[in-house]
Formats: sequence, C-alpha cells, structure tokens
Amino acid sequence: MATSSIIKFLDSASSKSSVRYAFYLSSITFFATIILIPPILGIVLKWNTMAETFTKPSLMSRATTAIYASFAIAIFVSIIDVVAGLPVAWLVARGRSRWLNVLDTFVDIPFIIPTATLGYSLLLFWNRPEGISSLFGGNLLSPGWLLVILLHFAFSYPVVVRVMAGAILDYKREYEEAARTLGAPPFTTDRTVTLPILKPSLIASFTLAFARSISETGATLIVAGAFENGPILINNLKTAQELGYEGALVFVSFILIVISSLIFVTIRLLGPRLKMPIKKVWPVTERKLSGSRITNLRNALSLIAFFLLVLIPSLFVVLPAVYAIINGTLNKAVVGVGIWQGYWQSLILSYSVGVVATLLNTIVGLPMAVLISRRRLGTKLSSILDVLVNIPLMVPSIALGVSLSIFWRSFAVMPEMVLLILVHLSITYPYLVRSMVAAIERLNVDFEEASRTLGGRPFTVFRTIVLPLTKYSLFAGAIMVFTRSVSETGATLAVTELKTAPVLLVGWVNVLLGKAESPIPITPLDVGLGCGILIAFSFIILLISRLFARGKGRY
Amino acid sequence: MPEVRLVNVTKKFGKIVAVDNVSLQIRDKEYFCLLGPSGCGKTTLLRLIAGLVEPSKGEIYIENRLVNSVPPEDRGIGFVFQEYALFPHMNVWDNVTYGPRVKALGSKESERLGREMLEMVRLFERLDAFPSELSGGMMQRVALSRALAAGAKLLLLDEPLGALDARIRNELRYELRKFVKDLELTGIHVTHDQAEAMAISDRIALMRKGKVLQVGTPQELYMTPQHIFVAHFIGESNFLEGYVSKMTRKESIIELRGGLLVRTLDMKHKEGDKVVIAIRPEVLTVEKGKKRRVNSISGHVEGFRFEGTNVRCKIRLENGDLVLVVRPALMTEWFNVGERVTVSFSVEKNFVFPYPERGLKRELTLE
Repeated sequence: MATSSIIKFLDSASSKSSVRYAFYLSSITFFATIILIPPILGIVLKWNTMAETFTKPSLMSRATTAIYASFAIAIFVSIIDVVAGLPVAWLVARGRSRWLNVLDTFVDIPFIIPTATLGYSLLLFWNRPEGISSLFGGNLLSPGWLLVILLHFAFSYPVVVRVMAGAILDYKREYEEAARTLGAPPFTTDRTVTLPILKPSLIASFTLAFARSISETGATLIVAGAFENGPILINNLKTAQELGYEGALVFVSFILIVISSLIFVTIRLLGPRLKMPIKKVWPVTERKLSGSRITNLRNALSLIAFFLLVLIPSLFVVLPAVYAIINGTLNKAVVGVGIWQGYWQSLILSYSVGVVATLLNTIVGLPMAVLISRRRLGTKLSSILDVLVNIPLMVPSIALGVSLSIFWRSFAVMPEMVLLILVHLSITYPYLVRSMVAAIERLNVDFEEASRTLGGRPFTVFRTIVLPLTKYSLFAGAIMVFTRSVSETGATLAVTELKTAPVLLVGWVNVLLGKAESPIPITPLDVGLGCGILIAFSFIILLISRLFARGKGRY
Repeated sequence: MPEVRLVNVTKKFGKIVAVDNVSLQIRDKEYFCLLGPSGCGKTTLLRLIAGLVEPSKGEIYIENRLVNSVPPEDRGIGFVFQEYALFPHMNVWDNVTYGPRVKALGSKESERLGREMLEMVRLFERLDAFPSELSGGMMQRVALSRALAAGAKLLLLDEPLGALDARIRNELRYELRKFVKDLELTGIHVTHDQAEAMAISDRIALMRKGKVLQVGTPQELYMTPQHIFVAHFIGESNFLEGYVSKMTRKESIIELRGGLLVRTLDMKHKEGDKVVIAIRPEVLTVEKGKKRRVNSISGHVEGFRFEGTNVRCKIRLENGDLVLVVRPALMTEWFNVGERVTVSFSVEKNFVFPYPERGLKRELTLE
C-alpha cells in the first residue's frame, strides 16, 4: 500500500523538470562529496608533509622505484593479457562446442575469487612444497616480481576475455564476411577489419586490466616477498611507521593517483584517434598465418596458457581446503575455536559491508548512469562526468584509502565501520555506473519515447521500460560492486584496523611466512580452509548470477 | 566463364533444413534471380555459393571447379550485402580498393580499379567520405563498386535494394542489371520482391521452404506456372476448387463448388481428381446482368476500387467463391456494389493444379 502510493507520488513528481533536476543534482552532489573530492582534499591536507620525503634520498629512491614498478607491471601485464586473452575470447564467443560453455564459466573464476585468496593459491602453486614446485625439488619461484607478474596476469585475465567475448558477440559478422568475399584470408580479415572495428573494446579491456593490476594490494602482499610496488610500499611504510613515513605515504599516493588519472584520461582522449596499421597487406605471409595449423596452434597455446597460468594456479588452494575438511580442521572452524572466531566475524563483516555498499551504490549510481548515458546535462558535461566516475577504477585502492582516511579522520571522529563503508563506496562506485551507462546507451530511445507518447511520466518510463530492459546489466553491475567490495584489501588496510576477510587472510599468510606473529598457531590447512570457504561463497554467487543470466528476458 | 552449378545441395542448421536438395544451373553472363518469401532459403543458397556457409550435402561448382572446400576469398566472387557492410573505419576509397589491396594487385592497379569503379557509379568525388556520411543509395553504389573492384566475374547480390526507398530502388535495379551486362558478369540476385525479379532477370528460380519450385524466364513463370505456389507468388491468381467430372478428347470438364461446370484445355488430370483452377484476375471479364455462355458464372459485386491504371472488382460468385477481377480502367464498365454481374474466362487461359495434399490455404501461405 505504502509503496504504491510512494511510486504514484514519484511518478507525478517526475513530470516537473525542477524535481528531475533536483534529483540529478543530488546524485552529482553525492558523487562529488563522497567519491570525488575527499581523496583530492585528503592529499591537499597533508601536502606539506611531502616536503620531508625530498630530503631523504634513500626513501625517495625507494618510492620512485616502487612507483615505476607499479606502472611497468601494469602495462606489461595488460598487454600480455590482451594478447593471451583475445584468442580465448574468440573461442568463447564463436566456438560451437559444448566444452566452450564450460570454458566460459571457468574464465570468470579468477574474477570472482577474492584476490587475496588468489594470491595465496598462486603462492601454493608456484612456491610452496605442496605445489608443482615439488616436481622441481621445491621452491620453483620465490616470492618476488615474477610471481607478482604471474598473479596480476591471472586476475586481470578474466576482464579481458569477458569484455572481448562480449564485443565479438555484438559485432556484425557481415563486415568479416565482406572482407572474405573481397579476397582477404582470415588473418588479414581480423587484422584489417575485425580488430580495428573492435578497437574501442580492445582499449576498454586493456584499461580494465591495467586498472586491476595497478590497484591490487592484498594478493600482491602475499606473493611480493621483498619486492615493492606502489601499494606494497604504502603498506610497508604504514606497518613499519618509520620516522617521517607519513610524508612518503602521501607522496607515493599522490603520484600514483595523478599518474593513473593521467593515463586514464590520455587513453580516453587519444584512444579513439589511435590508428591501426591496416593499409599494408602481406598476402603470402598472412595466408600462411590463416592456415588451420597455425590457428589451431594459436588456440592450443592460449588455452594452455589459460589453464597453466590462470585457472589451475587460481584454484590450487582447493586442495588443502579439501584436505582440511577430511582431517577435521573444518570441525574446528565450524565450532569457531581459536583463530576461527575471528574468521567468521571477518566474513560477516565483509559480506555486510558488501551488501551495504551494493545497495547504496545502486541507489546513487542509477540516476548518474541515466544522466551520463542520456546526456541529460548536455553532451560536454555528460562526457566529463563519464570520465570522472571512472577514475576510482584506475586509482590504486590503497592510495585512495590513504587519502580518504586522512580526509575523513581530519573532519570528525567517525566510527571505523562508517569509514570502512565510505571507502568501499568510493572504490566500487564506478562498476555499477559503467555497467548501466553501457546498457542504457545500447537501449533504443524509441522505447522510451513510445512510452512517453502513451502517457508515461518520466519516472514511470524509467520504472516500466528502462529498468526491466536493463535489469541484466543492473544485476551484473551489482554483482561486480559486491565482489569487488568483498575482495577489497588495499584501501581497507589503509583506513581501518577492522579486519575484513581478505585482510584477515593476508595476516594469516604473513604468520605462515614468518613475517608476522600470532598468539595462536596457524597451520597451512587453516589458511587453505579459510580461502576455500571464501571461494565456496564466491562460487555460489557466480552460480546465482549465471542462473539469472540464463533466464529468459535477456535483451 | 563463371557458370554456377549446384548438385543436390542441402544445408541444415541443426534441425532446420534451410536448403533442401537443390540442383540448379546458372549460365555464364546471366542475370539470375533467386526469388521467394522470407525464410525460403534463398539467402542461404547465395551464401553457399559464396562459401560463407558450407553445404551439409551436395556439390557446388563455379566455372566447372568443385568449390565445396574453397574459402570465400578464393572463389573469385563479389558479394553485395543487404546492409552493405561497408567498413565503418575506412573511407569510400579504402573500402573500394580493399579487394585489390588484400589481393596485392599493386598500388597502380588498385588505384586504376578503384577510380574506374567509383567513376562508374558516379561517386569518385566522394572518395574521402566515410560510410556514415553517405545516403542509402550512395552506400549501395559504393558496396557495388567495392565488390566489382575486387575483380569478380561472379556478382552475388543479397537483397541489394532491400534497404532503399521505393523510388531509388526502382532506378537502381535497372542500373544493377546494366552494370552486370556491360561488364559481362554473371549476376545472382536474391530478392523477395517478385516485381523486382520480373523486371530485371534473365531467369528466375522461385523457392519455397528450401526447395526450388520452378526455374524459368519471367514470362515462363507468369505464363506457365508449374506449381500452384508459382501461380500464386508470380502475379496474382484466383483459385477455384473442384474436381474433374468428365474428360473429352480436347477438354476436361470441372465441377466447381455448387455444381457449376466449367471447361478447360487441361489434360493432365483424370476423372474424379480433386483440382484447383488458377485464373489470373486480368483474364477474367465482367458484364452486367446474367449471361449464359461457356465458362460464365453469375454473381454480385462485393467491392469495387479504382486504382489509377486499373480497377479492382471483388465478385462473390453464385456458389459462394470470391474472385478478383482486374481490368484497365479506361476499357471497362464500372460497377456498383451489390450489382448482379456475370464473370467469364476462356477455356485456355487458366491453369489446373492437383489439389494440394495439405490443403489450399496452407499451400499458399508465405510463412
């Protein structure tokens, strides 16, 4: 009763343009005051502390090395991801075999698993005597930069495949057929027609892979060893609390935020102008490259890379988890003895924060998505907003966390919980907006106009036409917000002492590796089971989203 | 010599049979139309010839070469797509010279071909334009010149005029035929528009449900339809159900519903056969009043419409059947609705078909 009268009220109120603009304005205000301005002001507030850093050459060189490492790894990993992911995306989108459906699901796994778990799994696989390193007499790869690259490759990989497979599915195949009938063999067709047309998606997948790599903290902490990139340095500085560490903290955060934003804006502005070399053709070579032997070899290699470097290492932690179930660690866990009490608390904390962040971001993100996609405030302002809302994606989350924490703490004494939610809101904000902007842009305006001519008021149109037709993307966006929040480590470490599940697991691993101490002993089986439970929950979420996606009414 | 020959070609998509055991020969330098309602398999047949899909069974020959396993780029074809498929990231010039470039014909030759083809379609001055800046008719002409510049001798056109306005469509269809004839190409043109096919083809294959029902010149299809669906799809026809009541040496006498007897020259059926007589609306004559002559049936006017050149008259016959009569407006009497009239037709200008097994209505449906 009450809801229907609220809807009625909203319907009729939405006819007034003043009400609509007030609504849009409030969503922009929220974005500005909660998401955009706090991290900038946070840096500004501690601006003067940075000066100290310049007087300490050793700290300075450590900082620049770490920053350089962050960007070098992110760029390298994104390129490799695109190269290795593209053939698999092609298979997923074009292949007709039933096995490819399974592959399609597998590809999502490293995305849905919290990254800290992924990091531990990779460490087990490559480094611990329980992994494949045992075949090589233990310790195949020590924690360090190579393991960091492998890790970043694994967790950025699904993004590339997902984006590219979607783009290939949407792509009008006639272009490809036209090129073939004009005499171009498959390789030439892909190089001169298909890939240039798919260029926006290539750029998008590169950007997302880059963003994931530059931002990740939790898993990187686990496999980094003595190696430092930006986020790790920030964490190390924070943990060690050396004299004058705050200045370095602000300095590194500032540089990471600025360079990431610059790279993002550059890609946005120059990406569309990037020309691919399509004029020159080498008929003999390209014909050879089009042959089925080369194509099969390429597919085989990229599948091997996927299984060996991404899937198996990501799921390796399942083995100790299963062993833990058999040997009774599970009982200990269920009862909540010792370390397990903290584990369940952290799990509840993680999921509650995830739910709250998802709900809030859905409410404030939807009007923003409409604003951007339907150019409600003019083309220029809409495209500026479009760039701005994506910035939290590109910025290393721990750097964002540092400046957010400075900002909010200097304002008021805030409950830790509120602070945690605010940070998670910031970091996950872009996911829902992005997903909905893309969906609404794809939606034919005719439907909305038809509804208006039939007597629908603006909010009625949104409620009865736009939302039902984009509900799949809304759901996908919400799932992304939720999983990103649950998996968030970097910013959480930076702002609060509260232990979310991934933060707790990183702590456990540190104890295991002898980097930290714990009053209660922690065994590898405990960590394995802790990761396993988190993965199990992730799988349930993946399954639910798959079921939802499969239902009728996908538009 | 691009002659195309299909031998028992079948194409299945899962359980759906899109092309069902089709054998067909398209002659060198012929303008050939694949005609049929949507979903009849004509586009699939064209794509089979192009190599864009592979046949489930049967053989396809181009210039007497078996091309079943030859990829599209090696078949020496040009293909014009319904929505043109002009590459959106290339301008007109790069689109048109794409074929020569990927075939590495050398920049001089590419340039010559591109220039020649664009001049032929009168779009040389637009060579810098991108597809999004062109009108539908221009895009169509660019698509055509792109297909031709690749040096194809066999031009495949998939509903090439389907996306255009009616006026431009009518102009361009004669132009298409002219290009094919001037350049001495073989053209295969897919369309669902019988007027278009009739106007430009040397020969037409009429398809339905994956099968070719009849192949022939436009005149043959109109004058001597060999299948009841052909009589229905090419031009218009009235269909009257009945059975053969008596055969004489020269004629068969058919009893229509209501016991009406009419005579035809058809000798293909035997006494007792259930049949359908198809009569073109333009061979029926109408007179006022009641007349008693051979093949005259009385009725009353149920509808009368002036259409410009012709008048169309719907007449309910005395046995309850409804027939349509089309007469030149200047050469016929005009009638009022409700007026009593007599409809007549000659013994030779009609076609008798066996009554379709699945019923008349279902046999004639376009779905």
